[in-house]
This record gives sequence, C-alpha cells and structure tokens, in this order.
Amino acid sequence: MRLYWPSEQGSAASSSCKRTKEECRLAFDLIERTRVQRDRRNLMALLLPGLLWLLLFFALPLLIILLYSFIVSGPRGNLIWQATVGNYTDLFTRAIYLNAYLRSIWISLLTTLICLLLGYPLALFIVRQPPHVRTLLLFLVLIPFWTNFLVRIYAWQIILANNGLINSSLRALGFAPIQLLNTEGATLIGLVYGDLPFMVLPLYAAIDRFDFTLMEAAADLGASRRQAFLRVMVPLTMPGIVAGSVLVFIPTLGQFVVSELLGGAKVDYLGNLIQRLFLRSNPPNWPLGSAMAIVMMLLLLAFILWYFRISREEDR
Amino acid sequence: MSDTPAIELRDVIKRFGETPAVDRVSLQIGDGEFFSLLGPSGCGKTTTLRMIAGFEYPSSGEMLIHGRSMATIPPHRRPVNTVFQSYALFPHMSVEQNVAFGLQMQRLPKQEIAPRVSEALELVRLGHLAQRRPNQLSGGQQQRVALARALVNQPEVLLLDEPLGALDQKLRKEMQLELKSLQHRVGITFIFVTHDQEEALTMSDRIAVMNQGKVLQVGSPTEIYERPTCRFVADFIGETNFIDGEVVESDGGYSSIVTPDGLRLRGLAPRTLPAGSAATLSIRPEKLRLTTLEQAGPEQVAALPVSVELVSYIGSDTRITVRLNEQRTLDVWEQNRRSTLDRNAYWQPGEQALLFCPPDNALVLAE
Ligand SMILES: Nc1ncnc2c1ncn2[C@@H]1O[C@H](COP(=O)(O)OP(=O)(O)OP(=O)(O)O)[C@@H](O)[C@H]1O
Ligand SMILES: [Mg+2]
Repeated sequence: MRLYWPSEQGSAASSSCKRTKEECRLAFDLIERTRVQRDRRNLMALLLPGLLWLLLFFALPLLIILLYSFIVSGPRGNLIWQATVGNYTDLFTRAIYLNAYLRSIWISLLTTLICLLLGYPLALFIVRQPPHVRTLLLFLVLIPFWTNFLVRIYAWQIILANNGLINSSLRALGFAPIQLLNTEGATLIGLVYGDLPFMVLPLYAAIDRFDFTLMEAAADLGASRRQAFLRVMVPLTMPGIVAGSVLVFIPTLGQFVVSELLGGAKVDYLGNLIQRLFLRSNPPNWPLGSAMAIVMMLLLLAFILWYFRISREEDR
Repeated sequence: MSDTPAIELRDVIKRFGETPAVDRVSLQIGDGEFFSLLGPSGCGKTTTLRMIAGFEYPSSGEMLIHGRSMATIPPHRRPVNTVFQSYALFPHMSVEQNVAFGLQMQRLPKQEIAPRVSEALELVRLGHLAQRRPNQLSGGQQQRVALARALVNQPEVLLLDEPLGALDQKLRKEMQLELKSLQHRVGITFIFVTHDQEEALTMSDRIAVMNQGKVLQVGSPTEIYERPTCRFVADFIGETNFIDGEVVESDGGYSSIVTPDGLRLRGLAPRTLPAGSAATLSIRPEKLRLTTLEQAGPEQVAALPVSVELVSYIGSDTRITVRLNEQRTLDVWEQNRRSTLDRNAYWQPGEQALLFCPPDNALVLAE
C-alpha cells in the first residue's frame, strides 16, 4: 500500500493527494451501495412469485395441519374446536402408532442403505466409462421415469405374484414356488427399485468431480484399495452420499403405495396409517392423522440435521 | 545394498494397443543418484515412471528395486514414493494430515508420526502452514507439500514427474536449486522426469534421453552435451549445426566428411565409420571460431571463407549467422568477454570473415 504513496513526508502535494483519494473512495462507496440496493430490489422481484407459491401451498397447509393436530375429533369424524394434546399422547402411548414409526424408520434406513450399496458401485462404473457409453447408461438409469410410478409397481406385482414371472419360472424348473408378493421383502424390493435413480444421480455427479489421481497418490503412500477408498474417495464424494441418502430417505418414510400394492398392506407403515386416518377409517380422524404427520416431519428434520452434521465431521 | 542398483529395468516394453509407449528400455540407476528422464512430449517418460511406481505393469521385461522383482508387487507395497505433476494433494485434509497420511498407512504410533511430520515440513520450510488446506496454498507451496508428503516416508527411491512444470520461470529456478540441495541432504535416489533440457543438465548426475519409447543415450550432463551419440540427442540438447556428407577417411578416432557443396570437414568419431557411408557432422555454435581476414594466423585447421549475414546481440553473447555459399549457413555464438560500446568490436552484417571448425569440437555421427 505504502509504495503508492511515497510522499509521506507531509508535503502539501501529498495531503491534497490523500484528500482526492478519500473523495474517490466515498464516490465508489456510493456507487457500490446503490448497485447493491438495486440488486437487492431485483432479487426480491425475482423471488416474489416463488415465495407466494410457497406461502400459499406449503406454509398455509402446514399451519392448518398443525392446528388440526391440537383439536378433538368428533364421533362422526367431525372437527370439534377444542384445544387438546390428546392426539400426541395417543401417538406416544399406543403400540400401533409407535410400531408404525419404528417400522417406517427401519425400512427407510434399510432402503437407503441398500440403495447406497447398489448405487455407489453403479455410479462409479458409469463414471469410468468412455463419454458416449456414459451418456447411454445415464439415460438408461432415467428410463423408468418415463412411465408412471404406479404402473411400474403393478408391473412388479406381475413379476412377484404367485403365478407371476419368477414363480412360474421356478415351477417350470421343478422348484417349489415361494411367497414373494405381499411380504415385507416385496415392499423393500419395490422401494429400492423406485428410489435407486435418486441415489445414483447425485452419486454420479459427485464421483464425476472426483480426481482419480488422488487414488493413485493414496496407493503410492501405502494405502490399500480399501483404505484409499475409505480415507480419500468416500470423504470427497460425501456431498453425493448425503444428497442421495436424503433424497431416498425422505420420501420413503412417508410412502404408502408400495407397501400397499407389494406388501399387501399387512403391516402398518406411517404413510398407510396417515392415509387411512384421513380417508379410509370410519369415522376418519383428521386431528390424529395431522399429529402423526407433524411428528413425522419433525423426525425427518432431526434426521437431516443429524446427517448433515456427521457427514461434515467426516469431511474434517 | 551396495552393488545392486536402486532401480533396474531389463528390456522393459509397455504397449497400449499396437505401438509401444516404452520400447525395450534397460536402465540401471544407482543408490543416491539424481537421475533424469528427458525427452519430448509423448516419448514415454511418464509411462516409465508409472511402471516403477506400480501404476502400470510392463507388457514384457523386468523391473527390479534393489534387486527385488516388482512383477507382482502392488504400488502400496513398493518402497518408492511419487511427486505427481498435478501434486495430487488430498483437498479434504490439512497440509499436516496430507504429510501424515503415508505414516498412518504404515500404522506408526501417533507419538512417532507427529515429530516426523513436523520435521518433514521444516525440511521444505512449511512448518508455519501446517494447518492450511491445499487450496489455500500457492503453486510453489503445494509443490513443497507434495515433496514433504513423499519424503516423510523415507522411500528408497523418489519419483518426480515434471514436478516444476506448473511453476513460473523464477520459482522454477529456485525450486531446482532447492530440490538439488534437498536430495544432497536426504541422500535418496531421485528419478526426475522433465522435458526441459536445461533443467535436466543443471540438476542431474545422469540423464537418459528418450524418444519414441526408446532410451537413446544415458550419461552425465557433460557426456550428453559434449558427446551425443546420435543426431537426435545432439539436436534435442542445446543448439547445434548439422552438416550432412559422406565419410571419406577415418583414422585414430577422427573421421573426415565431404559435403555435396564441396566442404571437407573433420571431427571426432565415436564409432569408426567406413569410407563412403553417409554421416552428419555436428558442431555447437559456441565451438565454432570466427576471425577477421587480418587476424588469420598460421592455423592447422583449414579456414572457411564466409560472409556475416545476421548478427543478434543478446547481452552475454552475440549470435551470428554466417553464409558459406548459396545453400549453406551456420550459426556461430561468441561470448562478449570485453565490455565496450565500440561498434567495430562487434561483427557487422556483410563483413567477410574466416570460420574455423576445430576437429576436436566437432562430432561425426552416423545417420
Ligand atoms: N493409458 C494410456 N492408454 C493409451 N495410451 C497411452 C496411455 N498412457 C500413455 N499412452 C501413450 O503412450 C505414449 C507415452 O506417453 P507418456 O505419458 O509416457 O509420455 P511422456 O513422455 O510422459 O509425455 P509428456 O512429456 O507429454 O508428459 C504416448 O503416445 C501416449 O499417448
Ligand atoms: Mg508425462
């Protein structure tokens, strides 16, 4: 800095020099400030439609649900505007609800883990292909999205049914058929099938950015392939792992379609219970359903925060 | 350990598809040597280095480290470490953690790792930056971290793939000296890949010049520069004048050639060349001598009459192009040993002069 102002001996010239410098800075500040203000105005204008949308269709319904969860349900399913925490105490004291929570958390964790174990090698394999093959494979990963999810789950019914693809093949080969459809295993298969692309895509993006010379550097420094993978590749692709896990876990926790169509609705998952409380049970119980949904959201929030925390520690 | 070379390559070939990237290379690199692989882009330097590190395996031939065959040894079990051209520092680890990585992989106890890491960082004068991440360092600093990360493992051989390639000219010169003195202190064998001939000459004990997968010559910097054994080496290292002709006479380590335009020149012949065979005389510009017509004394060497065509003054030297005849010009470099502003002290274009080509300064090379 000092180099530019060599006349520190206090001559008149230098002081006028300083004053001009000061004025220049003020002018710059002013320009800068108006620019920032204008940017902020533009930003607000751009954000407004989105914000309104969120307010109307996300925040407002959420508030209504929150409100419902604290009132009483009448004998015919009507709402009685009377404050209570009874819905929440019901949730935490009755086994049917507690079990639904535990079962949903368990199957969501299992689905996430299986997707991760299947998705990581797959994403890695795709990244290692020459560019044109890579595009083709990514395209193939996305193809299921071309068909409606329900239709694809019905297709799985056909595959897994007692006289379905697998069992008729088994029978043709002289083996005894096995019960596949309407088991928890079928639910798991359906969930993994549906969620795998959501795991593969973020992992692909993360692994694609990974510099594979680092694996050679690790090997050079004495790391076995396993050590190199755990110490270098996993931490550096952690953003993809986190994103993929979150994208799989969240929708799985609230799902009800797969467990109904493939699992045969034999056991209750959160999503099935909520859906039933709102639509099917006689009488419906909106307040209890709302309480369930609120607790599920809080669970998700806690899970996501915790996951981000540990993954960031891993990174360090 | 004394007699077995640190690294030995025996007839190593590496093919990617059809053409060999490394073609029947045999090398012996001694303990504590600073050995350079020098050659143009794509000549197989990196491939050779990667085979020593274990990232590639030879298609045929053998690779030994201290007499032990490396045919089945994976990279993480080899007593070598690499400084990568791109440094390949782990971006998610601090400088300290980067350097500690190799020691952790050896499962050394923590209390042993810490002092060795700080020692290595002191060695490259980076102790004060131990907590930084690699992306918070300058190119030169990153380069030194890469060096510390490799040296801390006390490898038997350190492999360096153009480690100075990404640095600017000034820093590069500094790091050359630093690297050389570091190698002196730690006494580890260095194998250094570069395509910069000046760098190779300054730093190496010995140099292997490569082209198209083959090692053309191995020797000390002086040998490589003063006694190249083939035209490619003479051309690749430094500047030189080539004069093509036909051998007319060979005796006592010298050969004479005659050119199509009637010049007869003599030079050292590393190999005896039969009369009548095609050969090239190579003489470096600083080894030709140019005198004015008046200065011509009684010389043993035939003087060639020339006219000065181009003169470029570059401070330490004057570079002169002289014309011998219609077809032929040669480059002559003169050192400016006397400080003067007198124009007459320097050559002027158009001047007539006499050119001497001392046989002891020239080499006759077979095609
Ligand atoms: N993995 C590979 N697959 C196919 N060809 C390769 C591979 N690695 C190197 N080659 C080829 O082998 C030859 C030698 O490559 P190498 O990287 O050893 O050259 P180099 O001397 O290090 O060059 P540079 O100075 O440009 O780094 C080149 O022609 C290159 O294209
Ligand atoms: Mg290279």
